[in-house]
Amino acid sequence: MDRCYQPEIETMPVEEIKKLQSERLVKQVAHVFANVPYYRHLMEEKGLTPADIHGVEDLHKLPFTCKQDLRDTYPYGLFAVPMDDVVRLHASSGTTGKQIVVGYTQHDLDIWDEIAARQLVAVGGSKHDMVHVSYGYGLFTGGFGLHGGAQRLGATAIPVSSGNTKRQITILRDFGSTILCCTPSYAAFIGETLHDMGLGPEDISLKAGIFGAEAWTEEMRRDIEAKLGIKAYDVYGLTEIMGPCVSYECSAQTGMHVNEDHFIVEVIDPDTGKVLPEGERGELVFTCITKEAFPLLRYRTRDIGIISRKPCPCGRTFIKMSKPMGRTDDMLIIRGVNVFPSQIEGVLMERGYSSNYQIVVNRVNNTDTLDVYVEILPDQFSDTVRGVSAAEHELEEALKSLLGIVAIVHLVAPKSIERSTGKAVRVIDKRKLHD
Amino acid sequence: MMVKQISIFVENRAGQLLKVTDVLAAHQINMRALSLADTRDFGILRLIVDDADKAATALTEAGFVYSITPVLAVIIPDEPGSFSHILHVLADGGINIEYTYAFLSQSSDHACMIFRVENAEKATEVLQANGVELAMQQELYRQ
Repeated sequence: MDRCYQPEIETMPVEEIKKLQSERLVKQVAHVFANVPYYRHLMEEKGLTPADIHGVEDLHKLPFTCKQDLRDTYPYGLFAVPMDDVVRLHASSGTTGKQIVVGYTQHDLDIWDEIAARQLVAVGGSKHDMVHVSYGYGLFTGGFGLHGGAQRLGATAIPVSSGNTKRQITILRDFGSTILCCTPSYAAFIGETLHDMGLGPEDISLKAGIFGAEAWTEEMRRDIEAKLGIKAYDVYGLTEIMGPCVSYECSAQTGMHVNEDHFIVEVIDPDTGKVLPEGERGELVFTCITKEAFPLLRYRTRDIGIISRKPCPCGRTFIKMSKPMGRTDDMLIIRGVNVFPSQIEGVLMERGYSSNYQIVVNRVNNTDTLDVYVEILPDQFSDTVRGVSAAEHELEEALKSLLGIVAIVHLVAPKSIERSTGKAVRVIDKRKLHD
Repeated sequence: MMVKQISIFVENRAGQLLKVTDVLAAHQINMRALSLADTRDFGILRLIVDDADKAATALTEAGFVYSITPVLAVIIPDEPGSFSHILHVLADGGINIEYTYAFLSQSSDHACMIFRVENAEKATEVLQANGVELAMQQELYRQ
């Protein structure tokens, strides 16, 4: 059993959690209906009033909120309290579209600190820890989330922010940081830089890391753990809902517990919007049941995951969600089968291939084709055609058993797939289905 | 009695073979035998060069994927039926041939064939027991 920050809540019997969620949902719907005209309008369109929502069993009746709703109401159209009560704003970066802005009351920030403190305790943190925050500080929620959690816990927050990796290592060593918070790719880079400087895990005091805000694999987790000599934990969150720590990983390292006293998670079929049973893969949807300033109902994250209430050895009773397995906007439908580039990447990474790969989807004679181009590994190459073909075939078999459809694998020369300085182009869909 | 063959992964696109030969030329490496196996996506260029180690270093620097394989260089008389004779010897010895190609010989009285077999040691025994002459790497360049 893990130590918990708030054991009375984190290990609450499931029935009590549901009861608490129901009470809070009813209150929240009334708050939103009364204070957000946009939501009131959406509900009225469906013939709903707050009186129709009696508990979590009625959640499915409520309309979804999508990214587009946030854009349409930009900047403050979904705020549910007067600006006088808003004490902080954050914004999500506009890399995938127009930026969106969110607000917090003091009570909202208190909740955020509380759930971030839960995350820190779940990775073995206490007031004795030195929490090194290398997420960026600013409009991005990354830095402030764990910073607030560390202070709430009584630990020491070190607001290093991101960048200047050698300086990060100097601070890790001189200040005695024990818990590192940053993106997984930055953690890997800090690990590499540490080694390049002729240093190793024995030269730093880190024991754990909390890494989120981007997709990463189990292989990457093991790599970071070895390079930094730590346990690496996943954390999930999004600006629209709160920021980091909407869900948090425990010692079991097999998924993240959703803070169910503040958020209700659902998994839906992204095409039909139908709620899927636990254990089925679909789009993650969150409802904020305690947030005051920016309380989204049934927000479609476009992240694909699975939720499960199987008992966790850590003792927490909060439902667990898998690491996001991809984005609905990345999903390819090939011969009627849903395929996520991240699934293909997983197969390649497991076998030691480079993350530089390219997926080409085409339509030949009315049949979809899937081709995967991967850079060959030097130690796989022999002097016979058979050797290379066997490596291609092995990958094709692994992809077929995972995806259920045939992919043609092409091994190509090292460094022949174009490197990108920005967002890499991994998928080329030549089908032009919408022209 | 083995000769070092360098096998290089070459993508099946225009100009890819040239990239390899340019690297070898820049390092003054001389080729004596060459064979190219091709498939849909890639080819394997197999080379016997005067300095295999130097070639390997140059190819590594240039970022090529390659492997070094020991192969047999068999000296055969330059007359009809001599290649068949070698194949008989190998077949009788139960040796499976992966591939074979000719070596550019400067001598007029004999030819040289490169053999890649499954079990090179056993093949060497079988060939020598039948009086077949094998060449060493340095011998290939004495001519």
